[in-house]
Amino acid sequence: MKDAILYLEDGTVFNGQSLTVSGETTGEVVFNTAMSGYQEILTDPSYAGQIVVMTYPLIGNYGVNDQDVESSKVHVKGFIAKEFCRHHSNQRATKSLIQYLEDNHIIAMEGFDTRALTRHLRVSGAMKGMISTVDFDIASLAAKLKASPSMENTDWVKTVTSPKSYFWPATGVYKGAPLYKVAAIDCGIKTNILRILAKLGCDVHVFPADAAFEQMMSVKPDGLFISNGPGDPVSVPYVMKTVQKFFGKLPVFGICLGHQILGLALGGSTYKLKFGHHGANHPVKDMVDNRVSITSQNHNYCVDMDSLDSNEVEMIDVNLNDRTVEGLKHKKFPIYSIQYHPESCPGPRDAEYLFNGFIASMKEYKKAKV
Amino acid sequence: MPKRTDIKKILLLGSGPIVIGQACEFDYSGTQACKALREEGFQIVLANSNPATIMTDPELSHATYIEPLTPEFIEYIIQVERPDAILPTLGGQTALNLAMKLWEKGVLQKYNVKMLGANYDVIKKAEDRQEFKKAVLKVGLDVPRSAFAHNMGEALLAAQEIGYPLIVRPSYTLGGTGGGIARTQEEFEKIAALGIESSMINEVLIEESIEGWKEYELEVMRDNKDNVVIVCSIENLDAMGVHTGDSITVAPAQTLTDREYQDMRDAALVLIREIGVETGGSNIQFAIDPKSGRMIVIEMNPRVSRSSALASKATGFPIAKFAAKLAVGYSLDEIQNDITRETPASFEPVIDYCVVKAPRFTFEKFPEAKDILGVQMKSVGETMAIGRTFKEALQKALRGLEIKHIGLDNKQDFNDISDEKIRLRLKEPNASRIFYVKYALQKGLTLNEIYKISFIDPWFIAQIQQIIDMENKLVAAFAKDKTLDVKLLRKAKEYGFSDPQLAAITGKSEVEIRRWRKDLGIVATFKQVDTCAAEFEAHTPYYYSTYESEDEAILFDAKMNVGKKEVRKKIMILGGGPNRIGQGIEFDYCCCHAAFALKDMGFETIMVNSNPETVSTDYDTSDRLYFEPLTFEDVMNIIDVEKPDGVIVQYGGQTPLNLAKRLHDAGVKIIGTTVDSIDLAENRERFSAFITKLGISQPANGSAASVEEAVSVAQQIGYPVLARPSYVLGGRAMRIVYDRESLLDFIEEAKEVSDGHPILIDKFVEDAIEVDVDAICDGEHTYVAGIMEHIENAGIHSGDSACVLPPHTLSEQIVRAIKTNTCKIAEGLKVVGLLNIQFAIKGSKIMVLEVNPRASRTVPFVSKASGLPVAKIAAQIMAGKKIKDFDLSVQCEDLAHVAVKESVLPFSRFSGVDIVLGPEMKSTGEVMGIAATFGEAFAKSQISANSALPRSGKIFVSVKDDDKRNVAFLAKKLIDMKFTIIATRGTAKVLKSSGVDAEIVDKHDEGKNNLLTLIRKNEINLIINTPSGKKSQSDMRSIRADAILHNVPCITTLQGAWAAVNGMEAIIAKQMSVRSLQNYYKGNAVKKSNPCEVR
Repeated sequence: MKDAILYLEDGTVFNGQSLTVSGETTGEVVFNTAMSGYQEILTDPSYAGQIVVMTYPLIGNYGVNDQDVESSKVHVKGFIAKEFCRHHSNQRATKSLIQYLEDNHIIAMEGFDTRALTRHLRVSGAMKGMISTVDFDIASLAAKLKASPSMENTDWVKTVTSPKSYFWPATGVYKGAPLYKVAAIDCGIKTNILRILAKLGCDVHVFPADAAFEQMMSVKPDGLFISNGPGDPVSVPYVMKTVQKFFGKLPVFGICLGHQILGLALGGSTYKLKFGHHGANHPVKDMVDNRVSITSQNHNYCVDMDSLDSNEVEMIDVNLNDRTVEGLKHKKFPIYSIQYHPESCPGPRDAEYLFNGFIASMKEYKKAKV
Repeated sequence: MPKRTDIKKILLLGSGPIVIGQACEFDYSGTQACKALREEGFQIVLANSNPATIMTDPELSHATYIEPLTPEFIEYIIQVERPDAILPTLGGQTALNLAMKLWEKGVLQKYNVKMLGANYDVIKKAEDRQEFKKAVLKVGLDVPRSAFAHNMGEALLAAQEIGYPLIVRPSYTLGGTGGGIARTQEEFEKIAALGIESSMINEVLIEESIEGWKEYELEVMRDNKDNVVIVCSIENLDAMGVHTGDSITVAPAQTLTDREYQDMRDAALVLIREIGVETGGSNIQFAIDPKSGRMIVIEMNPRVSRSSALASKATGFPIAKFAAKLAVGYSLDEIQNDITRETPASFEPVIDYCVVKAPRFTFEKFPEAKDILGVQMKSVGETMAIGRTFKEALQKALRGLEIKHIGLDNKQDFNDISDEKIRLRLKEPNASRIFYVKYALQKGLTLNEIYKISFIDPWFIAQIQQIIDMENKLVAAFAKDKTLDVKLLRKAKEYGFSDPQLAAITGKSEVEIRRWRKDLGIVATFKQVDTCAAEFEAHTPYYYSTYESEDEAILFDAKMNVGKKEVRKKIMILGGGPNRIGQGIEFDYCCCHAAFALKDMGFETIMVNSNPETVSTDYDTSDRLYFEPLTFEDVMNIIDVEKPDGVIVQYGGQTPLNLAKRLHDAGVKIIGTTVDSIDLAENRERFSAFITKLGISQPANGSAASVEEAVSVAQQIGYPVLARPSYVLGGRAMRIVYDRESLLDFIEEAKEVSDGHPILIDKFVEDAIEVDVDAICDGEHTYVAGIMEHIENAGIHSGDSACVLPPHTLSEQIVRAIKTNTCKIAEGLKVVGLLNIQFAIKGSKIMVLEVNPRASRTVPFVSKASGLPVAKIAAQIMAGKKIKDFDLSVQCEDLAHVAVKESVLPFSRFSGVDIVLGPEMKSTGEVMGIAATFGEAFAKSQISANSALPRSGKIFVSVKDDDKRNVAFLAKKLIDMKFTIIATRGTAKVLKSSGVDAEIVDKHDEGKNNLLTLIRKNEINLIINTPSGKKSQSDMRSIRADAILHNVPCITTLQGAWAAVNGMEAIIAKQMSVRSLQNYYKGNAVKKSNPCEVR
């Protein structure tokens, strides 16, 4: 255990301890209110470039296992909780969270008033921060933090997207007999999206974020999927441009960053939320059937509905906490997108039914093609 | 969907008296429902037999009926009120069962009363084990292997198929009455027989034992648009096999991965939909096999429950309030979250702290019962604690239990406990097992060993190990340096170590520790309970303490006072902590009333309490709520931050009163009766001199600090004497002692209880009438609010005896003299606030037995009987008002109606315990019967107390020698009323000589046609048995126990028998009727002269 300092770009300082590696890390500091699912959060590529504070104070209780991962590695830049568990307990656990973070060279900081930190972020907004176990000089930390990359104007997608395309086959009864072929743009795709699409009968061809339209069309897909991912949608204009080429040609479905990219591609703009939505308890109302889903959320940016042409695009989901856009639909083409995470992991599975919509539009597309 | 317009008047059912398994939580839910529905403009008709509830306050409903909760009486109420709908899901199992019976009898259909929340079929599907199992399997979820049995033949067959160990669960009972775990056929036969007997439909479920599995609960809400949310998850520290009400529980669930949690959540969603609960809250219990992860559904309650009260307090999400709104048509997204004021109720609360609930047991009251826990609930109350870590919350919960533990402490030295005992106490779940986990670790048992013996999840054991590690570190550091490093001391506080624990480690006093850490800047900080882990701003000042850097209470205060010229004065009310026998809902009622009254006067009210079941811990009740243990340290921490202008200690029972002196010494301003006056009343010698000076008689008495002294005092006074420890409530360890030997026994037992305080010895006045008086005094003038005549003679604890208001046999002179004496005492003590006095009346002689300068258990009863808000008035007087400021024209002795309070006893929960009453209180709750005549009021009280008097049939009479002369007259009367008298040989002979014929029956051990057989065949309708001395008590003991089991009313005093005669006369004479409190109060007697004023 070593002393650690968290320095925020507005000069706020918290002192605690690090349980894992020594060193320094910088990132945008965001809080997540989910009470379980830390392993999924750690491995969610959307957290690239961010230091995550868990608001639930006791983290690591059930250790980590081999199944509950959303990508092949840990993406957070730093992990903060009130207290990390020293002795986990769960029948599936293979190692402790502390060991896992150590193995992945992630600084785990604990032992301070994380609720005060959360309140500070709520009031002042998400901001850059730096954890250090070696340098406690404020001026020096401030300088280093200033030099670190920000969420804006940085292409974080490029750091998490798969370098090569790969194939994720349909599962269950559809194994070897897929119903549909999906081209997925990997901006930092969560594995559970692939698991769900495969379960629903899709062979998924996953492409790097900078893959060309033609490359993707070459697998003869029935639909395009644009995944979740880290950072500001504006910093990946190349994805937006590729996506536009699919409009009117294939059914398109986007989640999270994919949704924001679609918003831009449809001619709209996005803005940054004060401290984002990161948690597993956000109520979202489906404006078509008025159903309220409890949803898993993880985003800092939001589509500005007013920037879109209401003759072309309509809002289909609204966040009941702050009335922000949670889903879009094109009035003419089979294009729609969801801001939150219907694939859950972590969080409630209330909205998993939304994948059925994508499946249905591919079905229609296929029928029309025939 | 907006509010329903097809209903205007709603009948809300309460849960009746406080019993084990059904406590204040249903007052909390009912009160929330009343408020919420009233707010929506509905007419509320409320029915509950428990006068000590807030929900029966007449201003909460349009018509309040304190009547028995039976189909018969509810039908009368429906006839009078003609409600459009009935809401049965907020009054516990009692209300649910009652609504089911009303439906089955066709009453609801006949009067076209709609069922809200859950209809008959839904309740049936959830409650009937067979139908529930079918539903669970239908949606693809798992259940334990099981079979039903309706007789012993079926039961044995099922047991053979499933194999031991197995669990027996009777259908349709309260809190698992009559169930159990059987490991052998012998055990099984016993438990199954009892279970079949105690089930309302003679049915038991026999199932695969999943003992040792992890146990969880989810609190679920659904609205009429099919939106479902999980409000809270709860994990039990005690594994399956211990009733969840008796388990230490933790929120949120700790050892589930998100995947497992979501599986459970999905199961809850599909289940609530399949069962079809239309709107409202439900509670679903799950078990998980710690080896395979296999998840099983245990049961579901289609109503709000004890756990929903806990979940509401743990998260800030008011389940009952929202359930009421959903029941009348709203959907979750149409209801606003009160705390954030900007987000809707259709979300799932997240918390950024850990909540621990610990059960409060009272095995000490029933020394014959073993403190072993099982599937039948035994605890009488609970405390909840909030901390930033489990370690902190656990230690706070344990000190909040008020069982003389100052945390997870070393009350026993582990070196003194044998390995064997430790293993046994770990294996058999029991009231103090958590401490044995600590002793076991200290003794060197490994985590794994402890897990294998106890099935307590290793996560919890490891947390306890961390507490021990910290303690060892503190001990070692202090031994080495004779001081503690500031970092280590702070860490200890973060781990929940109390100042007394640190005092024990360092050999310093608690006050020294407090000063030391405050000098070092180690002070408690307060955090908000906000439903959202700080994601949104919270507007409700509901706090818990922890040791962090930011204090939100101080921030909130600063924000509230910005730009304000005048800051409201603050008054803090100290609550009573966990319910226990002797201190329960009555005190919570008083605390709530203090908050309501002082808020009306413009004060800012601050409530401190640790009991999650209560109305006082609803954030709506006071301006600020602190959910904290009621210890000196925890209370002072709040006082340091809030700096209240006054603190009320006389409303929460003995708990805050015991803190009064220390708070006063610490410079806290206690309002109302002064600490010196409290001491004058509690200190036996000072009190005795004071009473003598006033010229009032009292039984000869003395106090003793040693055994020798006690023997000599008793000798001097003369046996029998009433012996008891001082500074206790509920007559804890109080006993009537007939000789020297019993006195020595008593002293041995009282040691544990008296805590260094002297033992009090009074002459026991035999055959005297006992009277309870509640009065309000402003220091100069007194108002006697209630004079209650006990039905049973002096010698039975006032909390256990029935009483009647107005007094029905006392002469006008006696009443006048009681009033005069009350005024003298109150004014002599300079009481400001409430005062309770017990008098013994023998002939024309009036003696003072006891004076308590605090709210008493009878205050709510007096208020409900008279219509006068006694506790509110007294609170306002403490805050500066005077007696003359109030209209106190109602005189309790002139009421035009009669109210009878009857106590409700928990004997059926403690097998082997004798039901005879004595000076130690044993009842858990009370009911009130109110009517125009004593007979009818008494009869109603008996129905409500679940011992309805018969109209005809056989009455068994067996009395002690002293009563034999008097019993003849009683027996004659019963024969005139067409009852048949049955008696044992001895009593029959006495009756015969007085010309009364009685059938002779053998006692259980004497012959074939014995009493026990008759009881079991339900051929006895009433038992009158007055035991004397130890021998006769044990003689009839099993008879009385059997009577309880077979629900035959059993009267153990002759006075009680006479009251029963009055009651039966009323029942036989005419049909009983119902009347609302609001109607009774209209008929209150006009002013007569008040003797105090005349004087």
